[in-house]
Amino acid sequence: MRKKQLLSIRTIVAIGIGSAVFLVLGRFASLPTGIPNTEFQTAYAFLALMAILYGPVAGASIGFIGHCLKDITAYGSPWFSWIIASSVVGLCISFCRKPLHLEDGIFGIKQLIIFNIYQIISNIIAWCIVAPTLDIWIYAEPADKVYVQGASSCIFNVITVGVLGSILLANYAKTKIKTGSLKLEE
Amino acid sequence: MSTMLGYIKAESPIHHLTGATKLICLLLYSVAVMLTYDTRVLLGLLIFGLACFKASKIPFKDVAFVVYFILAFLMLNNIAIFIFSPYEGCAIYGQKTVLFHLIGPYSVTLEQLFYMLNVTLKYFAVIPIALLFILATHPSEFAASLNRIGVSYRLSYSVAIALRYIPDIQRDYQEISFAQQARGLDLSKNEKPLKRIKNMSSILLPLVFTSLERIETISRAMELRSFGMEKKRTWYSAKSFKMQDYLAIGFMLLLVVLSLCVMKINGGRFYNPFI
Repeated sequence: MRKKQLLSIRTIVAIGIGSAVFLVLGRFASLPTGIPNTEFQTAYAFLALMAILYGPVAGASIGFIGHCLKDITAYGSPWFSWIIASSVVGLCISFCRKPLHLEDGIFGIKQLIIFNIYQIISNIIAWCIVAPTLDIWIYAEPADKVYVQGASSCIFNVITVGVLGSILLANYAKTKIKTGSLKLEE
Repeated sequence: MSTMLGYIKAESPIHHLTGATKLICLLLYSVAVMLTYDTRVLLGLLIFGLACFKASKIPFKDVAFVVYFILAFLMLNNIAIFIFSPYEGCAIYGQKTVLFHLIGPYSVTLEQLFYMLNVTLKYFAVIPIALLFILATHPSEFAASLNRIGVSYRLSYSVAIALRYIPDIQRDYQEISFAQQARGLDLSKNEKPLKRIKNMSSILLPLVFTSLERIETISRAMELRSFGMEKKRTWYSAKSFKMQDYLAIGFMLLLVVLSLCVMKINGGRFYNPFI
């Protein structure tokens, strides 16, 4: 008898490959915004898609492992407050999985609005609340600085996920067969 | 294209420790550094870290680019701290010794400089040990060591997959990016930011769909080999613990205790030389 596991094989592989893609996008596919140390992180649009396709465990894990590996290979040491924030983004966005129902193959105005409401709330929770608070706890940085930093990366991430994430989801939905596309012949 | 840090082969005591030992040591050491803000302890930890790095026989020039990058980043961070909160140090140490006045509300104070020195030390102290862990642990041993410290082997395997596929996905990304640019896609700063994000999607889409396909292929292959049927799993590259491993972990534990004790003596995380 096989018990139902929390992590199915598909989720395990999705976390692995997802983290690798997150790292590659984070390292090579970030567009500068003109403000130092802030970027349009395309990786978060991908994270949104993966979270919605594979669920909360995958979303949170890809955010955590992907960001951790990215920090390690780039700076040699992980910055935990922001890693946890990435993980929170993945976790929160995955909650719009049910209302979106991408497997139906429909991504219209209604789904677009649902997705964007969820992603904006997730980004605000992660970058305006979780990341700065942890920065203060762990690194005792000045509050003003971390909240401004958090708010600015929140804005850029909302834009990136809003534009790119929506494009990704719409294209993914196109590859699925619409429900009700077959009719009984009269 | 920027370089990535990775395993560097060498013969040294650090390389002979098991992956699990190095991971536990890194975690304990990070805890010790994160807890304290005491300048003396941070300096001591930094010197210890540098000594370990020296012992690993990894040439500094292999990691020089990272160190310079971090230094530049810390500079920027310090400037940001100063701009947003020029008197953070005064609030912490409860004193204000103005060295000289800059413009407007900004004055340079001794306490602020000392606080920023501590912040910099705190970030910098972790780096030698963290670098050692990355440089001296073979990727395939990494997953085994995660499993050893209690992470479920399924999640450890995810990390193993991630490490295994990073080079492949990097190559995919490059190929797609070059192909799209050859077709006239503009990703340079001549385009407006929003348009650039949109253009990015023509690289992202093929990459994402090949990756989704890859997930299907790999998970089917693993399922066919009955992955996850048993409660436990053995690792080809796992090493067994030896005396030196216990010694290393014991020493790191001592550092954490030391860090805690100093916190107790100081009556807080900060060491105040101004009293």
